[in-house]
Amino acid sequence: MTESDTDGRAAQLLPPGTQAPDFALNATPDQILRLSELRGHPVILVFYPADWSPVCGDQVGLYNEILPEFREYGAEILGISVDGVWCHAAFAKDRNLHFPLLADFEPKGGVARQYGAYREEEGTSERALFVLDADGIIRWSYCSPIAVNPGADGILTALESLPRKSAAAKGEFHAETEARP
Amino acid sequence: MRGNQLTPPVSAKDHTAGPDDAPVTLVEYGDYECPFCGRAHPVVKAVQRELEGQLRFVFRNFPLAEAHPHALLAAQAAEAAGAQGRFWEMHDKIFENQEALELSDIVGYAQSLGLDITQFQADLEAGTFAKKVREDFRSGVRSGVNGTPTFFINGSRYDGSWANVESFISALRAAAHNGVEASA
Repeated sequence: MTESDTDGRAAQLLPPGTQAPDFALNATPDQILRLSELRGHPVILVFYPADWSPVCGDQVGLYNEILPEFREYGAEILGISVDGVWCHAAFAKDRNLHFPLLADFEPKGGVARQYGAYREEEGTSERALFVLDADGIIRWSYCSPIAVNPGADGILTALESLPRKSAAAKGEFHAETEARP
Repeated sequence: MRGNQLTPPVSAKDHTAGPDDAPVTLVEYGDYECPFCGRAHPVVKAVQRELEGQLRFVFRNFPLAEAHPHALLAAQAAEAAGAQGRFWEMHDKIFENQEALELSDIVGYAQSLGLDITQFQADLEAGTFAKKVREDFRSGVRSGVNGTPTFFINGSRYDGSWANVESFISALRAAAHNGVEASA
């Protein structure tokens, strides 16, 4: 079940049981990542409003520290915002991030809209989390109040409740997040 | 987001200051290199003085090692000092010297506390307490820690302000009062 937010926005998110819409977005200025390439792994989608803003920074920084726990489930994590590739590259370098930040830049917020996680009035994505199973089905989604860092306990609980896949499916995919001149 | 209850509860594995039967237990998940935790340190000290005898304070490690390159070493240093019975002294030293957390600095603090330096250095080199630090971190993630410092009062995450000593103390007094009522 999608957990409800006080302002009712969570109702807009694609609900559990839905096939996650495929997308292809730039992970670096010269590398495109397609969601379906990750089939076989659980995937955590982290939509967040903006690079550099204090709460987002804390949130992606926190997930960066928790990567070993996510990888124990063979899960891959993708950050998504409307920021452009060079902005993401600078942000990832500054925060020493080890997971891809995808640029939902053109058409702006196109992927966030598909997931019901776009804020028209601000022109940014919601602070929304999705956990997909290895078949690309959404198993959990959560929309956090925009100013609140939702932490990681909900993600871990969702990963825990997925059927365990074979150990062979464990994280061999790791996209480069370094900027290239 | 899921209740944000402290998991696992405070146990003998934790470093505690204050009486075990205190009506209020304050748990901090902190990072020794985090500037906000550095600012919270004197606040916690003030709270401890104000609520002496009524408060049990617990510190659990939540090092954000990717952001703070010295955080893991500092956390292990406090644990290594703890193994020699001097956890809180090292905890204070580190927070009071957040800008100087190189290995040489840390060893200097251990010397000033009169620790067995050979043992202390051996523990750091072997990473004897790395597992304990990681366990603390994992428990924090499970408990709903979303940044540092994060405080729990009697097992529930405290989302109010800690920067204001008076309001922090009021929240703790209220919890102490409720705790006494609940157990009465």
